[in-house]
Amino acid sequence: MERVPILKLGEILLVSIQIDMEDQVALQLQEDLAERIVATRCHGVLIDISALDIVDSFVGRTLATIASISRVLDAETVVVGMRPAVAITLVELGLSLPGIRTALNVELGMELLARDASFDFEDAASMAVDEAVDEP
Amino acid sequence: MALGPEEANRFAALLEERQEELVGAWTDRVAQSLRGRLSRTELERQTGELRKGFHAALAGGAAELGQEPADELRAQLTELSSSRARQGFSATETAVSVFALKDAVLTVLDGSDASNLRDYVAFSGFVDQAALFTFDSYVQIREGLIADQAEQLLELSTPVVKLWEGVVAVPLVGTLDSARAQVVMERLLETLVETGSPHAIIDITGVPAVDTQVAQHILKTVVAARLMGADCIISGIRPQIAQTIVALGIEFGDIATKASLADALRFVLKKTGR
Repeated sequence: MERVPILKLGEILLVSIQIDMEDQVALQLQEDLAERIVATRCHGVLIDISALDIVDSFVGRTLATIASISRVLDAETVVVGMRPAVAITLVELGLSLPGIRTALNVELGMELLARDASFDFEDAASMAVDEAVDEP
Repeated sequence: MALGPEEANRFAALLEERQEELVGAWTDRVAQSLRGRLSRTELERQTGELRKGFHAALAGGAAELGQEPADELRAQLTELSSSRARQGFSATETAVSVFALKDAVLTVLDGSDASNLRDYVAFSGFVDQAALFTFDSYVQIREGLIADQAEQLLELSTPVVKLWEGVVAVPLVGTLDSARAQVVMERLLETLVETGSPHAIIDITGVPAVDTQVAQHILKTVVAARLMGADCIISGIRPQIAQTIVALGIEFGDIATKASLADALRFVLKKTGR
């Protein structure tokens, strides 16, 4: 069975789906990704679906599940590069993929994740300041 | 009654011998029906050409318009209807240009001879075919023109413009039916991908009325853009439209709506921190 490769790019895991997304492939990706997030301790996942002509309801649901799983593992998921035709079909089918964050392309997706990371960092920094203020 | 080879030959000879009288009478009748919208010289040239075409077809022994000797004539008739259709003449006015040949032939024909009259009926059948052919091609050409114009209209009315780095806008003008909504949606989504713009503004200032169907189309476009990772804002909502939207109970949910395009652009720029 074909597998979707998962690449580590700094703090981000990049998944570029270049093959037909059969149900088994989707499930395998879900498993692999969960393991990789834990193993690499990454905080961001980018799933590039720009090569996908068809996104059916199962793949849509799997993407949503992957997003939920990564959130549990403290990683933010962004789905990037959805084609116009795919988006139109999903809307016509009434699937709006709730809980999935999207970006137009990999670059914008990276920016989105970087912005989140910096917010986290600021939060942590401000918390540290709060604690420092509390101490005396 | 089909045109026999002998009759065809006789008429070919008649068309050749009495050509000046014929073309004169023919042009008179056509000029009458067109009421001076084409110059006489122009008409004379056209009827003269057509006379040559009819003569060639009949001399070649064409009993029906569909036959090979009449190929040239058919091309001429198509040419005629094409130019008339483009100049805005009606179908009747175009067909009369061919029908008038029958009258013209009658004026030069010796009516006292009964066999002549019988031939004339056959000949008139041939002219009828020619006129019907003209009519058909006229309609075809007009339909082609209309289809072209509809397509041009569709293209013209759905531009996607880039307002700022990362901000595109679609100024919608005219009634939004399903076909146009589809074109707008595809055009917008494709532009989003091409330009990598994460923000889109749909401006409905030019939409005369918003009913539930139009709202549905706009909502679908916004949801599709969101799925792709772009944010849509609806702007240009006129007071009456706002009232209709509320009266119809249309919910735009968490989609940002602004009164004017300027407000929408300001909103986007503020959001992106520029």
